[in-house]
Amino acid sequence: MSYLFATATEEQAMLSRIGVDSIDQLLQQIPKPLQLDRLLDLPPALSEMELEQHLRQLASHSSGATSRTCFQGGGAYDHYIPSVVDEITGRGEYYTAYTPYQAEASQGTLQAFFEYQTMICQLTGMQVSNASLYEGGGSVSEATLMAMRTTGRTGRVVIAGALHPEYTQVLRTYVGHTSTEVIHIPVGSDGTVDLTKLAGAIDENTAAVIVQNPNFLGNIEDLAAIADLTHAKESLMVVSTDPISLGLLARPGDLGADIVVAEGQSLGIPLQFGGPYLGILACRNDFIRRMPGRLIGETIDRTGGRCFVLSLQAREQHIRRDKATSNICTNQGLMALRATMFMAQMGPQGFKETAELCLQKAHYAATKIAALPGYTVLLSETPKFKEFVVKAPQRAQTLIEKVAKAGVDIGPALSQFAPIPGMPDTENLLLVAVTEQRTKAQIDHLVDLLK
Amino acid sequence: MRNTLSTQLIFDLSSPGRRAARLPQCDVPTRAVEELIPAKFLAQKPLPLPEVAEPDIVRHYVNLSTLNMSVDTHFYPLGSCTMKYNPKRHERLSKLSGIVDVHPYQQADRMQGLLAILYEMQNMLGEIAGLPAVSLQPAAGAQGELTALMVAAAYFRDKGENRRKVLFPASAHGTNPASAAIAGFDCVQLPATANGLMDVEELRKHADSSTACLMVTNPNTLGLFEKQIAEVAKIIHDVGGLVYIDGANMNAIMGITRPGDFGGDMMHYNVHKTFTGPHGAGGPGSGPIAVRDFLKPYLPAPIIEKTTAENGQTVYQLVTPEKTIGKVRTFFGNVGILIRGYCYLRTLGPEGVRKAAEHAILNANYLKAILKDILPAAHGEYCLHEFVASASKLSKEKHISAMDIAKRLLDFGFHAPTVYFPLVVPEALMMEPTETESKATLDAFAETIRKITEESAEFLHDAPHSLPVSRPNDVQAARQPVLSWSPKVGV
Amino acid sequence: MDLAALKYAKTHEWVAIEGDVATVGITDFAVQLLSDLVYIDLPKPGKALKVGESCGEVESVKAVSDVYAPLAGVVTETNPNLGDNTEPLSSDPFGNGWLIKMKVSDLSGLDQLLDRASYEKHCESEAH
Repeated sequence: MSYLFATATEEQAMLSRIGVDSIDQLLQQIPKPLQLDRLLDLPPALSEMELEQHLRQLASHSSGATSRTCFQGGGAYDHYIPSVVDEITGRGEYYTAYTPYQAEASQGTLQAFFEYQTMICQLTGMQVSNASLYEGGGSVSEATLMAMRTTGRTGRVVIAGALHPEYTQVLRTYVGHTSTEVIHIPVGSDGTVDLTKLAGAIDENTAAVIVQNPNFLGNIEDLAAIADLTHAKESLMVVSTDPISLGLLARPGDLGADIVVAEGQSLGIPLQFGGPYLGILACRNDFIRRMPGRLIGETIDRTGGRCFVLSLQAREQHIRRDKATSNICTNQGLMALRATMFMAQMGPQGFKETAELCLQKAHYAATKIAALPGYTVLLSETPKFKEFVVKAPQRAQTLIEKVAKAGVDIGPALSQFAPIPGMPDTENLLLVAVTEQRTKAQIDHLVDLLK
Repeated sequence: MRNTLSTQLIFDLSSPGRRAARLPQCDVPTRAVEELIPAKFLAQKPLPLPEVAEPDIVRHYVNLSTLNMSVDTHFYPLGSCTMKYNPKRHERLSKLSGIVDVHPYQQADRMQGLLAILYEMQNMLGEIAGLPAVSLQPAAGAQGELTALMVAAAYFRDKGENRRKVLFPASAHGTNPASAAIAGFDCVQLPATANGLMDVEELRKHADSSTACLMVTNPNTLGLFEKQIAEVAKIIHDVGGLVYIDGANMNAIMGITRPGDFGGDMMHYNVHKTFTGPHGAGGPGSGPIAVRDFLKPYLPAPIIEKTTAENGQTVYQLVTPEKTIGKVRTFFGNVGILIRGYCYLRTLGPEGVRKAAEHAILNANYLKAILKDILPAAHGEYCLHEFVASASKLSKEKHISAMDIAKRLLDFGFHAPTVYFPLVVPEALMMEPTETESKATLDAFAETIRKITEESAEFLHDAPHSLPVSRPNDVQAARQPVLSWSPKVGV
Repeated sequence: MDLAALKYAKTHEWVAIEGDVATVGITDFAVQLLSDLVYIDLPKPGKALKVGESCGEVESVKAVSDVYAPLAGVVTETNPNLGDNTEPLSSDPFGNGWLIKMKVSDLSGLDQLLDRASYEKHCESEAH
């Protein structure tokens, strides 16, 4: 039997030491009427070889980005993953360990996560980062709850413009049962949040203003202006950012963000149909005792040497229970480690060059597509980074399917989401994202396919 | 053998101008960045990330990894965490193209293979639970709890019932009350009983028409099966409430008894525990939930359904349940972990699943038996997959605490059990050996504990003695938190 | 501080009353129970409190304890020396380690509190 040790002889020896005749006797504490009187109805066991054949066969009926050309966006992107990421995180010493409760036996994990926390601060311009949350959308909700605790305000939260519709949906699921009002400010004519309407919506009961940058439509928001409006009412600005964009764009922390969250998938994590990804959350120093998630801290050991521990655990569910800052326990440790490898490998120069490649290639693609008869790139004057909205001469879904037949993936179509306030009729609108991996030939091929 | 590279920080290795990644030349016509993005939106300075070469990174993090204990390298009997062997085939197969590289917005008809796997996973989890409707979305057990509680809330709202209370026993995981609070419920904790099981009379007192849900871990955190679970469930059902089973300990009962058969209406799995995730130094996990049919319409979107097309072909579709609570996370779920769980279940098959649970029970009882004279378990003649030993006698007689034993074990190359949980046992050492350990390992572990208890308390208070660091100063860490590295000023 | 002149709550808060202004702290017994204090969280001045409502938290490495308002009223002042610094509370719980001052809305609440002798008895019973 797979992965078991005890031979029949050993099993007998163990049972007699326990003082029973059979394993069944140990099961007697489970009332007989509650025991299953049959085998589970599961498919039969497969050998390793059969399992591999079975999975390879199924995987061949699935289209991955490596065998196709991926221009898909909407919060998950086909960025390059350097080899060191897989090599290092493939070490059993990391991936078969658990939460570093025993600090003395977990310094590898603890120090790596301390370095992760530091790099996230360096990347976002914030002072403190936790050791990871589940993913980007959930992080927006956690940041919002954290803003409520910090400000003591529960009356209202304001979504500024084009937040990822799924992030909005998650937030509504999280606070839907409470009395907190979620106000969604529409995008204005330039595809960024309508600042006048935003100013009118932030009041003395507003805990947080949530803004995504670049926003879901790919447009760059004026974070400094939004920060001014937010802080005028002593509310907190929560910024959801694209980590790769920070190779070029000013860091949210330098523009007045109070809490920065992000989907960290771009930092060396494969697409794998949506997860596991990485929830990034960083904030200002004065909020640390209100933060969700694990925190690694530096301290000294008995001999005075530097070491690292799980710190400020009194915030967490295993101690504070129903008053905890979050219910999170298991986090996304290995994904944080992947991001750490990625950030170390990129460094400041690699980040800048990657961001520049995205920017240039996306603008090249946008210009070419906009020149096609019947096509428009929406709000092409508004500054963008690597993603933009295309208005097609036909239903976006039809176009996506047509292009897919030639091995090229674009989208998603905006019609598959709840409408973004302020956006026009969306039947013909879709997102196109261009990462540093796309070549001129691939972009030109896409443009040909659209014709 | 040990070198200092691993104890330096990556930031100490940084040197201006050094780099690892090289990127391709831009092959499209370029424009000045400032033409595309106004200067006010652009960074004024380069990111202050470390500047290191690739060999720096590799040597640094490989050396760091050697400072960890892990399942691959050590016996890791961390109670409640199910630290079983992580099969290597899972790592290879979860990285196949068509699985690892599928975009979350891929068209359903271009990923029928992947959807087939996930659909089959839904079915297998439903069968093991005895609860037919499954959502694979939750990212971890705690999110599974929250999701199920939101499903319960939506169900009661739909019925026009205002139920505020969630009950749970004192031995519950902290995530239970934390999840209930976020879902908007009032938490009511039931006191522990002397025999380690739920107090049925106490439950009867608290169960009423305002009770939404009872959250119970079964087998419980003491490794005991809640014998009266059927009666407990009836009490809750009689007042119109729902029974939630925290599935953290499914490794003990899979294939032997099913939550749906003993009265549970909802449960979550911890795929990273029961179905050997792996644990990834703290995560990612995956926390699917299984619920009764009448709760299916409220599950988060999407779930996978199988239909037959006109041409007779099987088609897998992503479907939004009609009264869905919405989404608790972006995208589908922690697919990479679910694939590993799928591989595990397909490797074991129905016989293997039951056998794994039986051997988990065998190993736990054997370890309990060979330790009983030095570290007696406080409850139960026999346990299931884990047991909670108490060092309170040692503490009284020799001033040796559970923590002393835990720390000293590290010196001998054993990871420590879970200490001081559950709170209902003084000087608790919670041990879960799992089925993937040999008798020889368990014998060696018990023998080591025996040796440790013969050492002087003073010596043990300072353990571990042979690891790269000794006991950290937690108080300083919490009083003056240092949560990130900063460059030395004035250099 | 004359400990006999103070009033006590069963949840280990002490109260010194002067006119309608109460100074509130936690007792040495509570401080010892929590051992290594790491952080103290206090309410903002202006916060209205009911009797028994949480008006702050005292945190050690592995435990958190709520501070409950022994009387009803409005917080007028919090101890500016506390927060990240817990030393005044650890070393002088009845003096420099006071937590909040409040304007009491209903002085009759004092009758519900314990005197020193009853409080000491209460602690003895809790220690067992």
